[in-house]
Amino acid sequence: MTTYTTIAEDTRPLHHPKTWVGKYVWSQDHKVIAIQYSLTAVGVGLVALVLSGLMRLQLAFPGAIPFITPEAYYQFVTMHGMIMVIYLLTALLLGGFGNYMIPLMIGARDMVFPFVNMLSYWVYLLSVIVLLASFFVPGGPTGAGWTLYPPQAITDGTPGAGWGIITMLASLAIFIVAFTMGGLNYATTVLQARTKGMTLMRMPCTVWGIFVATILGLLAFPALFVAAIMMMLDNTIGTSFFMPSIISMGEPLSHSGGSPILFQHLFWFFGHPEVYIVALPAFGIVSDIISTHSRKNIFGYRMMVWAIIIIGVLSFIVWAHHMYVSGMNPYFGYFFATSTLIIAVPTAIKVYNWVLTLWQGDIHLRVPLLFAIGFIFTFIHGGLTGLFLGNVSVDVPLSDTYFVVGHFHMVMGVSPILVIFGAIYHWYPKITGRMWNNVLGQLHFWITFIGVYIIYLPMHYLGLLGVPRRYYEMGETDFVPASVQWANEIITIAALTVGAAQIIFFYNLISSYFRGEKADPNPWGATSLEWQTPDTPPTHGNWGPTLPTVHRWAYDYSVPGAAQDFIPQNVPQGEPGADGDKM
Amino acid sequence: MSNSPVTHTDHTAAPHSLESLVSDWSTDQEVFKKVQWGKAMMWIFLLSDTFIFSCFLTAYMTVRASTVVAWPNPSEVFALTLFGESIPLILIAIMTFVLISSSGTMAMAVNFAYRRNRKATGLLMLATAALGAMFVGMQAFEWTKLIQEGVRPWGNPWGAPQFGASFFMITGFHGFHVTCGVIYLTTIAIRVLNGVYERNGKYEVVEIAGLYWHFVDLVWVFIFAFFYLW
Ligand code: HEM
Ligand SMILES: [Cu+2]
Repeated sequence: MTTYTTIAEDTRPLHHPKTWVGKYVWSQDHKVIAIQYSLTAVGVGLVALVLSGLMRLQLAFPGAIPFITPEAYYQFVTMHGMIMVIYLLTALLLGGFGNYMIPLMIGARDMVFPFVNMLSYWVYLLSVIVLLASFFVPGGPTGAGWTLYPPQAITDGTPGAGWGIITMLASLAIFIVAFTMGGLNYATTVLQARTKGMTLMRMPCTVWGIFVATILGLLAFPALFVAAIMMMLDNTIGTSFFMPSIISMGEPLSHSGGSPILFQHLFWFFGHPEVYIVALPAFGIVSDIISTHSRKNIFGYRMMVWAIIIIGVLSFIVWAHHMYVSGMNPYFGYFFATSTLIIAVPTAIKVYNWVLTLWQGDIHLRVPLLFAIGFIFTFIHGGLTGLFLGNVSVDVPLSDTYFVVGHFHMVMGVSPILVIFGAIYHWYPKITGRMWNNVLGQLHFWITFIGVYIIYLPMHYLGLLGVPRRYYEMGETDFVPASVQWANEIITIAALTVGAAQIIFFYNLISSYFRGEKADPNPWGATSLEWQTPDTPPTHGNWGPTLPTVHRWAYDYSVPGAAQDFIPQNVPQGEPGADGDKM
Repeated sequence: MSNSPVTHTDHTAAPHSLESLVSDWSTDQEVFKKVQWGKAMMWIFLLSDTFIFSCFLTAYMTVRASTVVAWPNPSEVFALTLFGESIPLILIAIMTFVLISSSGTMAMAVNFAYRRNRKATGLLMLATAALGAMFVGMQAFEWTKLIQEGVRPWGNPWGAPQFGASFFMITGFHGFHVTCGVIYLTTIAIRVLNGVYERNGKYEVVEIAGLYWHFVDLVWVFIFAFFYLW
């Protein structure tokens, strides 16, 4: 039998690509792949942002822009929602941050299977191309809403019912293949490739959040994959999985006997965990940002980790809270309302712990922390409205109103986005070796943070009035007072302002990349391993000849008696300057 | 120090509680000790794939339970007339037998791989792949027969249209897995025979391929039970 070496002990030299193309295009380096993922995700995210601007213009000034027809509005809603949730947030948090941070934070040289990791990106790019292609196919992209509910998603009369929905489903299936290839890498790397001393319970929360989110993805995307295949078959070769007997435009269709509710179950079995696929990495990242910038250990580390795990598990048994009005067996409502409310407990624990971490901390109110605190606000806000919607009797009248739009934008739109901004500011110095401009960063934060409140707070009120979501215009409707129009105008002005303010952000990133001040390798005095690399930005292989050894958890901030107010994870216990820890 | 989590390398008591399970898992470097990463990765992939097949089967059961038209009787639909007699499920029985046997040859191949017996490993893997190919061949025959009898994804002569839809979709997806497996096993077998793994010491590749193959067999057992026997 051959002797067994763990990955961390493997000292064989890495294969270093020599050509520019090998280094930056067909790269197998997790950091390059991460950047590729992030840039693609942001690029396609900007498309979604433009679409939201167009929708808002229509809502505030109905009919003012001639090319926004009712059909186009539906298509914008659908593409905006799908791109934001899947192609931007999922790809950016897991493909981007997951790829960049996992190996660095656990002290590995790369992902365990770099080749497949590279393929993951290229397949993701293909899915994005197929998705964007749907803007150019006959009939345009699908207008079925991001939930793609059949029968309407594939019956004539829905915009994009032909090619639009086909390209959408194909793109989703391709995306899932890409995600699986990446996800297998992230999960296996966390499990099997940690450096010496890096026990699971010493990993930074960021890694925990990304890890559990990856597992959720690997178990939840299958349901979407299956649903996509079945709907594709219904649409192309005339099976009837989801299609009941139905009369469409005066003609009976050839389908019969299928179950539209089945699709909803499959979709939401994926869809709810998906919320946590974007939330858990954000939870993890925000914990690390808060702890680092308030110079305190994260409050209740173990509790934080277990809360992530428990939320992950519970997220698989709450899906039907999206289906209270679907016509499913009403008794299910009891179960799903209960499980939904239970999930609020670990979530609330996390919020308390973030606040308690800040409590009496040595707070450095830098831009990353501003965004993290902004996240706490928006997340509490979105979480509380979630409690409303989790209860059947409250949800029924609020279903499909702007209250729901306000809720989910707060909780899974704005909150993860704020964390992503914070994370980019936080890690930018490590990734580029340069500092961003502080004034522009502050400006970006305040406009964005105040802006999103002006956008989404009124939406809750509109929802309470009964304004329905996914409506092209309200027209003359008795229960809608004239003031709704006024609110819509304010929302739109704020939305366009916030959208435009992102130019500040991009300008800051790009100009700092070329002209920013040289950054210190560890400007925030952070403890986790990614800040302890020998080079900034980290080079191929991350660690030079030897891997770091981990001696402590990631949260030794302001340890009494220590020389500095932080002790990096790779400083041995009892070292001079360290804390004399006797463990 | 109280704020560093305890490491558990100095455990003296025998592990017996939930807590020690947790600490075992969270110890140094690797969760699955002495498990090559490829194997861990294959297990995780199979877990994910299990969810895909579960969704397919659950969806099939849902449409079967909710359709208002009668479901065709599998014992009649899947009967073959041999020597003038109609024998129910005979083809499926043979297919199942072939596939299960291939798991046997795969297990033997893994065993020989442990003993570094290059030739026996390679040949047994090729035998496994051949049995797999046979299975796919018989499946093609079954599809052809059903199509000739008028079964289509959108309808069939005997009852609920979902019958053909689920049948072609699920057996097709499984058959796709078997086909991939045949290609995968053949590739690895050739590499084994060429001595690639002798040189780079990564013989566990055989075992990883074996995991995949056993999984595909196991899935078939469920499809068999839920589709043909129900
Ligand atoms: C400036 C930022 C954003 C603005 C102004 C905006 C605006 C809108 C508007 C106007 C709608 C359509 C509402 C309706 O007619 O029913 C919508 C829907 C939606 N948005 Fe956003 N959004 C923004 C960011 C995001 C983000 C970051 C996400 C990520 C989760 C997101 C996810 C969704 C989803 C899932 C829908 C539902 C689509 C559907 O009904 O099918 N949005 N958004
Ligand atoms: Cu949900």
